[in-house]
Amino acid sequence: MEENWELWLYVAGQTPKSILALENIKKYSKEHLKEKYTIEVIDLLKSPQLAETDEIFAIPTLVRKLPKPLRKIIGDLSNKEKVLIGLNIRPIVIADGK
Amino acid sequence: MKPVHNILLKTPTGIEGLDEITGGGFPLGRPVLICGSAGSGKTILAIQFLMKGITEHDEPGVFMSFEESAVDLAKNAGSLGFDLETSIAQKKLKIDYVRLERSEIQETGEYDLEGLFIRLNHAIDSIGAKRVVLDTIESLFSGLNNTAILRSEIRRLFQWLREKGVTTIITGERGETTLTRQGLEEYVSDCVILLDFRVIEQIATRRLRIVKYRGSTHGTNEYPFLIDENGVSVLPITSLKLTHTTSAEIISTGLPGLDDLFEGGGYYRGTCTLITGSAGTAKTILAAYFALGSCKRKEKVLYFSFEESPDQLIRNMASINLDLKPYIKSKLLFIHSSRPSLHGLEMHLLSLHKYIQEFKPDTVIIDPISSLITIGSRGEVSAMLARLMDILKMHQINALFTSLTHERPANYNSSTEEAISSLVDTWVQLRNKESKRVRVRNLYIEKSRGMGHSNEIKDFTVTDEGINILNANTPAIQSKDSAGKTGVLSENGSNYKS
Repeated sequence: MEENWELWLYVAGQTPKSILALENIKKYSKEHLKEKYTIEVIDLLKSPQLAETDEIFAIPTLVRKLPKPLRKIIGDLSNKEKVLIGLNIRPIVIADGK
Repeated sequence: MKPVHNILLKTPTGIEGLDEITGGGFPLGRPVLICGSAGSGKTILAIQFLMKGITEHDEPGVFMSFEESAVDLAKNAGSLGFDLETSIAQKKLKIDYVRLERSEIQETGEYDLEGLFIRLNHAIDSIGAKRVVLDTIESLFSGLNNTAILRSEIRRLFQWLREKGVTTIITGERGETTLTRQGLEEYVSDCVILLDFRVIEQIATRRLRIVKYRGSTHGTNEYPFLIDENGVSVLPITSLKLTHTTSAEIISTGLPGLDDLFEGGGYYRGTCTLITGSAGTAKTILAAYFALGSCKRKEKVLYFSFEESPDQLIRNMASINLDLKPYIKSKLLFIHSSRPSLHGLEMHLLSLHKYIQEFKPDTVIIDPISSLITIGSRGEVSAMLARLMDILKMHQINALFTSLTHERPANYNSSTEEAISSLVDTWVQLRNKESKRVRVRNLYIEKSRGMGHSNEIKDFTVTDEGINILNANTPAIQSKDSAGKTGVLSENGSNYKS
């Protein structure tokens, strides 16, 4: 995994779900992406026009801007496996090898 | 000043006829649910609501689409004469396409639809929208898995829209046992409208019904509606009352000999006249007299011909010296021909209504009304006739219907007559009879509301010079006209079969 990861988290104010999502993605990134990532938090209450341009409807939404292609995960990101698969950090493991 | 009651305020729907059924329009600042199966006209109705709001009431609108992209929407609306692009450029309209692709979205844990709220709020505020369309919000359910979240969020969305004070149309796809697949009707209790698209005997009919309208009276029937190049229009005729004004003015039937049979020397303006008779009794000729009579008064005539093309009608009438051409040129006479089987009964009524509104005639002729009747069931027919007469009377239009009847009692089609005759004001009966190997026609006035009339049965002949009403009891054979063609002309005065 050589490329840089650019993750954007869309929130609407400091809601418990958004705080939880941010904590979760920070934790997963630290564990799996080492130093090669940035997480940007976008508060739609402050920049509502981005909701339409970035096609956001659910809060919180995590968007993988880089590497391409764009991927979206909605929810508080509490299911680690789903997040890692959703971001394509970890391929789907068929056998329980680890 | 009277104390102001807490009356539900309404906003015009922009759909012709719908305001009348709803008693003034949609509930102002509240959500309205429009449900119907695919292709029933939900989106078109919604677009029209927004566009009429913009063009006629200067109320900007937001269209949030879950199904079609802005480009597709603009294309579809363009075919109905709505120019979305211009309104968007003028900042009167905002289209937001919410794209939901299940394969692109991963769900994990709790979320809400606050992003959608922010998006909608921003769209509304950016143009000062008063009207909103959500088409169709149920698409969320096919894009996302967590229906519990969706349900509570949609409920919250409707509440939010109410607080925002925008009048909103929410469309929903018809479910199998419920009005909408996801039961949206539970959340929108203000106003629910159902659109229906049916095919009966190979004829398609669109109908609209108001299922619920809280705090307001409304028409409860199924109303036919039409989608054409001018958008959606609904025909609400049954909600009308018998309140039209009447005229005491007497006008000519166009045939002096017939006028003489009425005590007043003609019929009252704005009344309905029925001419019945079997095949070849000169109904259409009498109708042409009626048309010419109106034209000579410089009054516009709209002639619906269900059996003959305009050219054919003009030619046939010219053969008996009834010249319609000059009046067509001077635009006093407009002949509209169409096949009865082209549409359902309701659609015919709607198109009649539209022509009447566009042309604004003083006189309307329907020749023959019996061919419309063959395409509907009896109940439908009498409802349609009542509606038609209401339209005509409301506009103070002189109406003439011809109706084909059969002479033999065995297959006597009495339903036509029963249905019409009780509604019309004047009824002229035409008959064929044989007299010494010559066919003679006769006519008599069956009824004439509010006016005395002759009880005589008058013989008449159709000649090169038109209808010749004979003196009573004079055998037709003795009054041969110059051309000697007495009584041998076929229907419509042509002496050749066309």
